Amino acid sequence: MVTLQLNRVSARYGRRPILEEITTPCFQGGQVVALLGLNAAGKSTLFRRVLGLLKDEGEVIISAERPVGYMPQDTGAKAVLAVYESVLLARMQERGLKVQPEDLSQVDRALEELSITTLGERDIGDLSGGQRQLVSAAQALVQEPEILMLDEPTSARDLNRQISLLTVLRRLADERQMLILVALHNLGHALRFADAAMMLENGRLIAYGSTAEVITPALLRQVYRVSTRIESCSKGQPQLIVEAAI
Amino acid sequence: MTTDTRMTETAVTDRLSQGRAFYHSQVSRRQMILAALVLALFFSLCVDLALGPARYSLGEVVAALFTPGSVSQQARVIVWEIRMPVALMALVVGASLSVAGAQMQTILSNPLASPFTLGVSAGASFGAALGLAFGVAPINAFMMAMFTAFLIHALSLKRGVTVETIVLLSIAMVFIFNSLMALIQFFASQEAVSTVVIWTMGSLTKATCPKFWIALSILALSMPLRARHGWALTAMRLGDAKAESMGVNPRALRLEVLVLVSLLAAIAVAFVGTIGFIGLAGPHIARILLGEDQRFFLPGSALCGALILPVGSVISKIIIPGTIIPIGIITSLVGIPFFLFLVLNHKKASW
Repeated sequence: MVTLQLNRVSARYGRRPILEEITTPCFQGGQVVALLGLNAAGKSTLFRRVLGLLKDEGEVIISAERPVGYMPQDTGAKAVLAVYESVLLARMQERGLKVQPEDLSQVDRALEELSITTLGERDIGDLSGGQRQLVSAAQALVQEPEILMLDEPTSARDLNRQISLLTVLRRLADERQMLILVALHNLGHALRFADAAMMLENGRLIAYGSTAEVITPALLRQVYRVSTRIESCSKGQPQLIVEAAI
Repeated sequence: MTTDTRMTETAVTDRLSQGRAFYHSQVSRRQMILAALVLALFFSLCVDLALGPARYSLGEVVAALFTPGSVSQQARVIVWEIRMPVALMALVVGASLSVAGAQMQTILSNPLASPFTLGVSAGASFGAALGLAFGVAPINAFMMAMFTAFLIHALSLKRGVTVETIVLLSIAMVFIFNSLMALIQFFASQEAVSTVVIWTMGSLTKATCPKFWIALSILALSMPLRARHGWALTAMRLGDAKAESMGVNPRALRLEVLVLVSLLAAIAVAFVGTIGFIGLAGPHIARILLGEDQRFFLPGSALCGALILPVGSVISKIIIPGTIIPIGIITSLVGIPFFLFLVLNHKKASW
């Protein structure tokens, strides 16, 4: 069983503390966990800390056979590479120069999973922002991770792209038993697609639990400074309604 | 119902094999381009060997190359002993500078990067000038170039190995060495100054067999190291964060490549002087032809760079009959308009 747990995990840049003693429950394969909080709350740092790109006090306890997959925030880098090559590239890093048929199958599979097979021949420099993010997700998927972390994969994208990417993530968790950690700005999306949520504020974990336990009017008032109410829609799903900024 | 499912399955398989077919066709297209470059290289080498005070036909050169017994002794000596070292040196230096430029552009993600923007060449020129003007023996071009590289290396380690740090340090180096160069020219004798100026123009006539073998072995030894980092280097072009997410350590890689690049550039500049443009243009041409997958981009850059020098050398021999114009002048003067044409006409957004 794939699991991830943080035990009193800290991180700092220079002397400035970014994360302070984050302790989480043990997350398991099949779960989608939303990471919430304002900009600069420490979400990206938390991802980097889990990946081992930063070292500090505390333990990151991971039980998985494959390295953690990670989709960083989009930086819009350009290069003369076809989408197909750029995804293959992500897979080949730990595999030597020779490309095996199995590697190509995995590229095909990742592109198909995200419905971007038709983009394969395009240059990555010619893609729209939304397409770039799907390619970036494919680059993470092609490494066949059991744990996948995504840093704001839906920021400022077409609604269609946002929903389709989140649907894919939900399916990966349900069908392949992947553990997915995703930083989201849209709380409505978190309510709809995630099982659990963590709320970060100034480097501290101030709430965690099921999405319904974390995304509450009281906490949103405190962290996001908005007044909200949560209602059930006709299908019985919780809906977040934002009333005003305060 | 079953027919429907089967049809959908076929459609999916078709779509899947389409991506793979694209990949395979792309690979074979690139292999063809590399082969064509090798042929072009051989052809221009023959033309280069044929030209000079005594002119031979291409047939004679090919005969002298493959069946040395069948041509006159004079032709054999001129082709093999006089022109060959110079021509081969041109290939190796062209390839070295171009590979160095390609790697600089890759690790710094900057289309302007080349061994010259790094300050290594400026350091080498200064070292050479010091030697030529005042006969300060140990400080030759190579030592100065390596010193510059290690200085940049050490300073960027101290401040964090980011693109900005390296670029800023390099620009500082270029300015410092150019000023020191001017200082030497101010104090040195008239004859010394003209020797220095001629040296900085870059000339292949300084080539000898031992120099060729040194340059070749450095290039050959560094290639496997680069091949090992092939995928990682390609990943660098997607940005540090993306490279990290693929398991690459961008900072460590940048430092390692920096040392190798400096070594290549230092050797080239120390042996034939300042030949600009190749380190910039070779990689750009290779990128247009082959894309940036390092498996093809790296050998492609080496071949493009190797191709520019013999072509330049041919032009430098025929432009004024009887005079061999320093190659550094030719490559820039003739090459740059062609290069601009290529780059400005290429529509893909790559930076």
